[in-house]
Amino acid sequence: MPRDFTPKVVTANALLEGDVVYQTSDDRWTRHLSRAEVITDEADAKLRLLMAEGQPDHVVGVYLADVTPGPDGPEPTHFREEFRRTGPSNYAHGKKAESANV
Amino acid sequence: MYDYSEFDAAFVAERNRQFRQQVERRISGALTEDEFKPLRLMNGLYLQLHAYMLRVAIPYGTLDSAKMRQLAYIAERWDKGYGHFTTRQNIQYNWPKLRDVPDMLEALAKVGMHAIQTSGNTIRNVTADHFAGAAADEIADPRPVAELIRQWSTDHPEFQFLPRKFKIAVTGSPNDRSVIKAHDIGLQIVERDGQHGYRVIVGGGLGRTPMIGKVLAEFIAQDDLLPYLESVVSVWNQIGRRDNKYKSRIKITVHEHGIDDIRQRVDARFALVRPSFGGIDLALFDQIKAAFAPPAFRTDSTDAYQAAYNADPVFRSWCDTNLAAHRAPGYAIVQISLKAQGATPGDATGDQMRVLADLAEFYGHDELRISHEQNVILPHVHTSDLPAVHGILKKHGLATANIGLISDIIACPGMDYCALATARSIPIAQQIATRFDDLKLEHEIGDLKIKISGCINACGHHHVGHIGILGLDRAGVENYQITLGGDHTQDAALGQRTGPGFSADEIIPAVERIVYTYLEHRHDASEPFLHTFRRIGMAPFKAALYDKVNAYAAQ
Repeated sequence: MPRDFTPKVVTANALLEGDVVYQTSDDRWTRHLSRAEVITDEADAKLRLLMAEGQPDHVVGVYLADVTPGPDGPEPTHFREEFRRTGPSNYAHGKKAESANV
Repeated sequence: MYDYSEFDAAFVAERNRQFRQQVERRISGALTEDEFKPLRLMNGLYLQLHAYMLRVAIPYGTLDSAKMRQLAYIAERWDKGYGHFTTRQNIQYNWPKLRDVPDMLEALAKVGMHAIQTSGNTIRNVTADHFAGAAADEIADPRPVAELIRQWSTDHPEFQFLPRKFKIAVTGSPNDRSVIKAHDIGLQIVERDGQHGYRVIVGGGLGRTPMIGKVLAEFIAQDDLLPYLESVVSVWNQIGRRDNKYKSRIKITVHEHGIDDIRQRVDARFALVRPSFGGIDLALFDQIKAAFAPPAFRTDSTDAYQAAYNADPVFRSWCDTNLAAHRAPGYAIVQISLKAQGATPGDATGDQMRVLADLAEFYGHDELRISHEQNVILPHVHTSDLPAVHGILKKHGLATANIGLISDIIACPGMDYCALATARSIPIAQQIATRFDDLKLEHEIGDLKIKISGCINACGHHHVGHIGILGLDRAGVENYQITLGGDHTQDAALGQRTGPGFSADEIIPAVERIVYTYLEHRHDASEPFLHTFRRIGMAPFKAALYDKVNAYAAQ
């Protein structure tokens, strides 16, 4: 039996803007966690991570972050990832400013 | 104000030209991130949680109006309209785009500023007393020697790949406002037989393993200073640990070898190094000192100030809280709080920076200082101008009368920005400040320093806060540990942990219980928090924090 695997997304920062980005299932990068590809298999996760690491001209600091399924797509399991998803709490900058325009 | 020479300007321009090419090569894919990262760090560019961050040095915390206006321009042109002043007298821009950074650096260079050695394993921005040149208790202005050290350490070929970062702070007063005992090297200007020299403190630091610095030398003469500093850094560069980054700072080297062993090694090295310093450094020091000559102080009447002080209670409260004693008669040091209750500690908008620049230019001999406590100082204001200065500050949300009070909190950026943070700092600071403002208690409480760090690296100086708060990640939840009794002054002391930490919801009530315990136990309003803590010890505070019955009784 394969051991339990916490679902993951591939995340990074965009090279030019530094924004938090997530890998989508069609090999693009999105600013929205809800549109990220949720990986449920460990071997798959490694492959997807390798794929992302091969794009240093687009992203920096690629890693796998734990998520849990929610009604509107994946949700972070840790507060650090929650802050990365939503932006700083003291100003409506970054993701908060963008969400008003989506 | 010290003006850089053509040589300095050419050096910075060349570095900026190189960095522009490095950014282009990174974007084109010619450089990998692993190759680029050390290059960007050498120029102050970090990648944080949501964006890049550019850290710009404000040498010994000194600015003039032209520099401040340029910082405002950069904030508005390339960032989100504000900047964040830090505990090392730097300014950080939280949202630069990679492509824009070379332009930002070029804009900085136009006013003689840069971001070199604001990161990396080098000698960092040299900090100094923010009252330098103005303080009534000063033996000598610490900025000339800070500038001399900066020139010596910038691009120093031996010290570009140190075991870890290295921080130097200088004070010219016996009352330490630069936290010199929590720096790798702290220098205190002292006088012996009519000559100025330096008391050298080594091996202080906060972070994971906090240590109070130890005296390495009681008196180093001016002509021996640079060779002596070079010997200290050189000894550490050789024997400092490179196998474990948590043990690489000089505080650990001093701790492991002992101060006497380090002194012997430094003395041996000094004997070798000293002859290579032929006196050019002394000639340069004299030049630098001339550039820091005090302004021509006025001798006008102070009647207008007295009249306003007697007539206007808001002005009076601001004066009583935010002014410090100046060495020139009729003058005051004005501390401008960047800690309006509920605001982010240390942040200033571009508009506010321009107002501060205008005030400095019109009323303050064109001088500004950034304090390690994340406030702005107008070091030389004639008291007759104070009513006008206060009126202008009020209009721009800069007249908060809370210097040294419970809402004048040092807070690192924490997990709202920093990639290293384990919890948030800013919202905790905002909530404490707002809570005690609502209670209308902060003037009653008096002198109380709260310092908050969002991780063990202690950028928020929590170990030396009267109340220190350290944000940690405990099993995926933000948790805040409290220390009490820390002291950042010449009597430097590390705070003691109260016990288990508190959740984000519990931390504000916990601070409240500490404050009520103090108010209950102090002799009278003239006994500050730290003195009461030293007199009664930890037990009553622990009881208030962890013993529920006592906690409710205290309220």
